[in-house]
Amino acid sequence: MAAGNQDMPASETNPEGAQALGEDRARAFQQEPPERSANFYDSLRDAGLTALLAGVLGFFFIGLRTEIAPGGLDITTRWRAWIISILIVFGARLFLNIFLFRAKRSTRRKARAEGGGFAAIMPTVGKILTWLLLAFAIVLPFFFTTFMPTRERQFIDMAILIMTYIMLGWGLNIVVGLAGLLDLGYVAFYAVGAYSFALLAHYFHFGFWMALPLAGILAATWGVILGFPVLRLRGDYLAIVTLAFGEIVRVVLLNWYSFTNGPDGISGIPKPTVFGYELGRGQDTINGILGIPYEPIQRFIFLYYIIFILALITNFITIRLRRLPIGRAWEALREDEIACRSLGINTRNTKLTAFAIGAMFGGFAGSFFATRQGFVSPESFTFLESAIILSIVVLGGLGSQLGVVIAAVVMIGGTEMLRNLDFLKSIFGDNFDPVQYRMLIFGLAMVIIMVWKPRGLIATRTPSAIYKEKKRISADLVAQGEGH
Amino acid sequence: MDAAQSSTGAPAVHRWENDPILTVEHLSMRFGGLVAVGDLSFNVGRGDITALIGPNGAGKTTVFNCVTGFYKPTEGRIAMRHGEGRLEKEVEELTASSARFKETTGGSVFLLERMPDHEISARAKVARTFQNIRLFSGMTVLENLLVAQHNALMLASSYTLGGIFGLPGYKKARAAAIEKAIYWLEQINLVDRADEPAGDLPYGAQRRLEIVRAMCTDPRLLCFDEPAAGLNPRESAELNELLKFIRDKHDTSILLIEHDMGVVMEISDHIVVLDYGVKISDGDPAFVRTDPKVIAAYLGVEDEEEIDVAEVQQDVAARVEGDIGAMPDAPTAPDNSGGASKP
Repeated sequence: MAAGNQDMPASETNPEGAQALGEDRARAFQQEPPERSANFYDSLRDAGLTALLAGVLGFFFIGLRTEIAPGGLDITTRWRAWIISILIVFGARLFLNIFLFRAKRSTRRKARAEGGGFAAIMPTVGKILTWLLLAFAIVLPFFFTTFMPTRERQFIDMAILIMTYIMLGWGLNIVVGLAGLLDLGYVAFYAVGAYSFALLAHYFHFGFWMALPLAGILAATWGVILGFPVLRLRGDYLAIVTLAFGEIVRVVLLNWYSFTNGPDGISGIPKPTVFGYELGRGQDTINGILGIPYEPIQRFIFLYYIIFILALITNFITIRLRRLPIGRAWEALREDEIACRSLGINTRNTKLTAFAIGAMFGGFAGSFFATRQGFVSPESFTFLESAIILSIVVLGGLGSQLGVVIAAVVMIGGTEMLRNLDFLKSIFGDNFDPVQYRMLIFGLAMVIIMVWKPRGLIATRTPSAIYKEKKRISADLVAQGEGH
Repeated sequence: MDAAQSSTGAPAVHRWENDPILTVEHLSMRFGGLVAVGDLSFNVGRGDITALIGPNGAGKTTVFNCVTGFYKPTEGRIAMRHGEGRLEKEVEELTASSARFKETTGGSVFLLERMPDHEISARAKVARTFQNIRLFSGMTVLENLLVAQHNALMLASSYTLGGIFGLPGYKKARAAAIEKAIYWLEQINLVDRADEPAGDLPYGAQRRLEIVRAMCTDPRLLCFDEPAAGLNPRESAELNELLKFIRDKHDTSILLIEHDMGVVMEISDHIVVLDYGVKISDGDPAFVRTDPKVIAAYLGVEDEEEIDVAEVQQDVAARVEGDIGAMPDAPTAPDNSGGASKP
């Protein structure tokens, strides 16, 4: 089908091709244009060509390197950098083909794309991307230990950080994306979770696994406590009160010196254990029992899998909730609160559950943060954190799970990667320090994404119930809820 | 009391007096100094289509909002009954107590002025539609109808817990809910568009969808706020059929606000006329359309011949003489006739 649709093999002179062309034309008038798969293959082919070009050019520029050596020039090869650059070009080109360059199509094709083509290709691409990302996330620590053994710690640590933000994004997505309640104080629940574990460990010597559910429950309780006063608020007022709530929690943690140790924070928070045994050297550790020699990287890998599984649970529950009456009620609440009340939905309880469940996941992430750092202080829970989490949700597309992942990787990973832009020194001189421009580039990127895709990277809504055929709903119809 | 009066006055006792599903008694609603509704009493008969009509600004929507709990009335009692008859004793007992409702097998009674809006829909089974359509436009047609079955599905999913673990009870309830939604979509010819966003539907279809969405809450009383507004004559006729179908086949009484006299006169069993927040007429269509007070308030009905011109002139003269401050009446009167004759 794809081959028949490409211009080259099907010509008018070749009867077989002409017939195929005619069939394709006929099919084009029907509902599902064959173009949608062709679009994807075209994009793939185009990306492949670009990667080939990059490979040819990069062979000389990146693959080979000449250095002044005693007695002349010395050639060194850098095959890994070369392959990585080809992969980057391929990936970027494919991304641009699918998401950006469609805007340059003719109006007719664009109109069709809006109606079915692009909206129809999205699930395929989305599904492929989801599984690819999931597969990569599963093998990620081993990928880094195998391919980048020199910097494995740095990369796995960064993956842990990104995964934490993905989880926070998914948690906030319930409140902002599904229920449409703009919450600027989400970091408060993160703080409650982190301090719950820190204080339980400090005063009662709780371990991570014991404290984790308690931290979630406490954070959910705080979610309900925040939820009550803001039940009647809408729009900007809701945003301001949640913002204030976030600050109140931080200021209390800062000033309640006798209990929280104030700005000095709480240190010595225990690491997570494996069935009660710690990772480490010696007889009574898990390494000693299993007879595996201890390496510090194991601790990072273990932490990575903990947050990975926590995030997966968050995602699984959110997806499940969306298809349950409660999730549908959240979305209905975002669409029209008055209509909800006329249909017998208790909007107070519905809002409170959204706040509580969102806060619970924030609390889980917070207690993971505490165990990972081994130290908590109010400094980690400033408004900037709330803003970053909210930006991840908004950039990703309100209510989109995959969008949150992409946005978190781009925002958190991207900011960290900007620290490593040493090659810019060769352009702007040795005094140029890219770290100083990090936030500028970051802000610019955000502005560009919002201009290009005002409703976030993934701006279609998947219906939660299907009668015959799954159709995606364009963002123009979906309400943004209160405070947008 | 009302029933006794009418039965002595007229030999034929109307159904809305013997077997009312809803009684509104001495309802007043004041916004600051403005009296939107003053001392209004009327009944809605079980199985009747009752129309609430009146010129623009007469307070019809305010009455609706009081009945459906969106406003708390300043004074008055609004009693909803699920059993047969007037259930005087139960209503009086409930009023004396501090409870909001009393559910018994014989006949449940609900005091709507004490209940919050969502409870009125969920327990007292009074559903409503809105003057400006309020669909969940970013959700599909099917999802709209599933949201309306929220409470039943919540119970079936054991308040989400059972649903998360995918218990069979919830799956069954979900399939039943979809079946019910499809049944209603068949009634309004929208099955083919079940998976499309509600916001993409044409206006007439959105109106019909809002009506069946309200029906999915299994109401005993359905309140429509101008269901025919903005519909063309063919769609209006379809709407009439739908309303009759709901009344006859689904044991649902209907209370509606409507400006389209064609719709009102054709389908109503009982008409209540409001003007300036006060009831000026109450009876069956034949009675109301010949009531001089109504003609005076409207100054324009469908059938020109039916207006008793002399009587109208007398009546208007009486009103103008009655209070000099009736000047504001003069500009509103042509306004109203314009409003009434609009499609």
